[in-house]
Amino acid sequence: MPQTPPVISAKNVWKLFGPAPEKYLAGMQPGRTFEKIRADGYIAGVKDVSIEVARGEMLVIMGLSGSGKSTLVRCFSRLHDISGGQIMVDGQDIMALNERDLIELRRNKMGMVFQSFGLLPHRTVLDNVAFPLEMRGQDRHTRRDRAMEVIRLVGLEGREDYFPRELSGGQQQRVGIARSLAIEPDIWFLDEPFSALDPLIRREMQDEFLRLQAMLGKTIVFITHDFDEALRLADRIAIMKDGAVEQCDTPDRIVMNPATEYVAKFTKEIDKARVVRARGLAAPLNGTAVEGQAIDGSATIHDLARLLVNDARVALPIADDQGAITGVLNRQKALDLLLGEA
Amino acid sequence: MTSVITEVPKAQGSAAPRATILRLMLGLALALTMAQLAGILPAWLHRLPQAVIPPTALFLDRVFDFVQNDLGLIYVTRFIAEGPLEFLLDTSANLLEGKRRWPNLGPIPWSATAGVAAVVGYALGGWRLAALGAGTCVWTALIGQWKMAMQTMSVLVVAAPLAFVVGLCLGIAAWKYRWFERVLKPFLSVLQTLPFFTYLLPAVIFFKVGPTAGAVATIIFAIPPMILMTTLGLKKVSHEVVEAGKMSGCTRWQMLRHVYIPAARTEILVGVNQVIMLCLAMVVLTAFIGMPGLGAKLLAMMGSFKLGRSFEIGVTIVLLAVTLDRMSKAWVVKQPQHFEKGTPWWVRHRIPLLGLAVFVGFVLLAQLFPILGSIGRKQHFSQGKEIDVVIKSFLALDGIRGVTEWLRWFLNVKVLIPFRNGMLAIPTPAFILMVVAFCYWLGGRRPAIFGAVFFSIVALSGWWDRSIITLYAVISAVALATLIGIPLGILAARSEIWSRRVLLACDTAQTFPSFIYLIPAIMLFGVNDVAVVFSVLIFATVPLTRYTVEGLRTVPPEMTEAAEMSGSTRRQKLLSVQLPLALPTMAVGFNQAIMFAFFMVIIAAFIGTQDLGQELQRTLAGTELGKNFVLGLNVSLMALTFDMAITAWAEGRKRALGLE
Repeated sequence: MPQTPPVISAKNVWKLFGPAPEKYLAGMQPGRTFEKIRADGYIAGVKDVSIEVARGEMLVIMGLSGSGKSTLVRCFSRLHDISGGQIMVDGQDIMALNERDLIELRRNKMGMVFQSFGLLPHRTVLDNVAFPLEMRGQDRHTRRDRAMEVIRLVGLEGREDYFPRELSGGQQQRVGIARSLAIEPDIWFLDEPFSALDPLIRREMQDEFLRLQAMLGKTIVFITHDFDEALRLADRIAIMKDGAVEQCDTPDRIVMNPATEYVAKFTKEIDKARVVRARGLAAPLNGTAVEGQAIDGSATIHDLARLLVNDARVALPIADDQGAITGVLNRQKALDLLLGEA
Repeated sequence: MTSVITEVPKAQGSAAPRATILRLMLGLALALTMAQLAGILPAWLHRLPQAVIPPTALFLDRVFDFVQNDLGLIYVTRFIAEGPLEFLLDTSANLLEGKRRWPNLGPIPWSATAGVAAVVGYALGGWRLAALGAGTCVWTALIGQWKMAMQTMSVLVVAAPLAFVVGLCLGIAAWKYRWFERVLKPFLSVLQTLPFFTYLLPAVIFFKVGPTAGAVATIIFAIPPMILMTTLGLKKVSHEVVEAGKMSGCTRWQMLRHVYIPAARTEILVGVNQVIMLCLAMVVLTAFIGMPGLGAKLLAMMGSFKLGRSFEIGVTIVLLAVTLDRMSKAWVVKQPQHFEKGTPWWVRHRIPLLGLAVFVGFVLLAQLFPILGSIGRKQHFSQGKEIDVVIKSFLALDGIRGVTEWLRWFLNVKVLIPFRNGMLAIPTPAFILMVVAFCYWLGGRRPAIFGAVFFSIVALSGWWDRSIITLYAVISAVALATLIGIPLGILAARSEIWSRRVLLACDTAQTFPSFIYLIPAIMLFGVNDVAVVFSVLIFATVPLTRYTVEGLRTVPPEMTEAAEMSGSTRRQKLLSVQLPLALPTMAVGFNQAIMFAFFMVIIAAFIGTQDLGQELQRTLAGTELGKNFVLGLNVSLMALTFDMAITAWAEGRKRALGLE
């Protein structure tokens, strides 16, 4: 992870829903459970969450419905005011911003994509995409040019004069994505952007999304309830339950070392070989002598299946992107993962 | 009361104390009534003695007087009336019917208006609406009622936009500030049940006689639904759209202007439709304070029993109503269309251009052919006298006459008069007890308390007997309407085609201004009690039938299929599956029928009744604002009592059935 300061940094963030959340939180003894808080008449949407998102990183927040993942991301953008704790965005305490500064922040730094698209039904594709630009007062000509640019980027060229209702779900979400990118945000929030789509379209949109991300390199907070989607996209995954983060780690480590029983339940049915990358399973070199052709550390064990079966070496050298040897993979361990332990 | 109780099926198993309370209340009421019949009840228990009735009307008069003169409200309202409002009305009157006022351009030739109506109809809903729009104008012109119709329309085109703007602003305020909504809600409920005569007198006093008063009464009458629809629409905007707006960096004003209002477009336009329809209904009724136009002519024609002309005017009003309703409804569902790139501007704007061309074309043609400008006294095709003869000779046919006369005799002698006398014989406290018992049985404690308070106020107003006569007309008409409307609805709901036809007929009938319903009543039964009940009856049957069909049609198909697979016969399916599930919806229709009946029974005062409406109508001639208000409030309170009880029942039932 790069050494620059985090883009988003949340410290002990609480979001309670109820009659007087701040007061209740101030008087509450620490360590109170979700159920106990509920018995007191409050719902803990976000419960004591501390998390950081680095520049250019894609953090996926995963959890079942009601786990507080959408609430957390709305706290990051201050669509919800938090009840306790602190959220810093680019070194700025967002709770300290007044209305005008908050609007400026959103106009210049943040983009968000919604599960049911949140398109304005009375505006054409072009006008929807240009909407954030219009709100910040850009003139018609510039905003049209910029909107056309992002429309081309998401592959909707030729549809710019259509109304949302004339588009399929996948196309509508492309409009949502284009709109969120129009202002060239640094931070990109995506709230279950593909959940409302059919499985095939979802897959296609995920590929499209990975393509865009490779091109744009934004800082991303992505929400999903689909564990496969999280594994597919994430640099890091935060798994939430009852408003709290159960575990926040890379996909490899979540699959290999689930921190709690709840997380283990998700990973149980997962084909680990498809998730775990060679470098995730590798042991450090520690002076071990390795021989022969190195393998790509970013390949999954599944990708390496044929090689693992055919290669006779006990230990395989692992190389990083630059080709430097970074570790060593025990072949038997990899085969165990691939085929299940004997 | 008892007749209503037996019609409404018993609510779910009532707890023991509830049953005891009910039995106690009814027992006491019965005992009081028996005592009265036996002649042993002291007089002060039968009716409140005059001495204890507070002089509410006098008190209200003082209050109004204070507000009007001491606070100087009248100067403000008179200023509005004589200033901006009169200016707007004069302008529209000049353009539409050629009143000699600024800008002295009118009248617009009828053919030009017809052409524009056709273009607007085409833009909103294709050829059918174009034909309807043009057809209505052509009919009105040819039948020689153009000027009258335009007098009515000139008030409408001013009142409807003003009601829309005020309603929209108040609706936004009610949505934005919860406290404002809470303050506004009870006022809206009262306003929506207040008889229209109560709107008219203050309008006359504060805004001077004539079009201004008519416009003001019309505006106030049309505002409540606009407020409700606006608030409803704004509340329904999906929170993702709202969040998308916020994340796009909208300021508060931008949120409202670019996100909320456009996203609530459908509900706001439904509000517009209601505003237009209520304005039309009210403008017609302002005939009672001497507003010229279709309503005044209809009133005059009916008064002198000229059935042919009444019928023709009725047709014009109905056509106008249907046209306005269909067009504004088409506007609700109309979605913006996109044009492919490179479409020339005159294709993009072809509808406004066409409208302009048609307008200019007909205005020019009217210079050449005056007949296209206005149709004179001798030129029109009115067949008033001939129709009059046809109707009257048809009604004089032995068979027809026998039936109507027998009906009149039977209803009057065997049903209505005994029922009325029975209701009047019940002592006041016993009557209130019965109403409270009914409310308690139906809706629980809250409606019962409100019922007790409301009816006690009615008793204390000093107009008890007249209130009971009003109630009697309402109950008998609604009871008869139930006997007709519900079986009709059940029959219609048996087939898809008939459901659609009946729903269309009901929807159309609901757009007619209520005044229209008096025409057939007077035609068939002349001027008496039966005609009153009959006009209320047809007015009230419409919602009953409508909601019965709707309730039965919206029973979830899984449930009827489950019933069929359980081997139930058609009858069993209807009785044990469809009707119980449709009942909450039907209750809404029943409630509407009662509200409509209260509304209509007051208008029917025109025929000559002895109820509150008659007294109300009399106040219009003078300046007794206090009395006018007391009478109006009595109607409103009685209507609200039923409204609360039935709504509480329907909502509880819906929740219990998991239908909402």
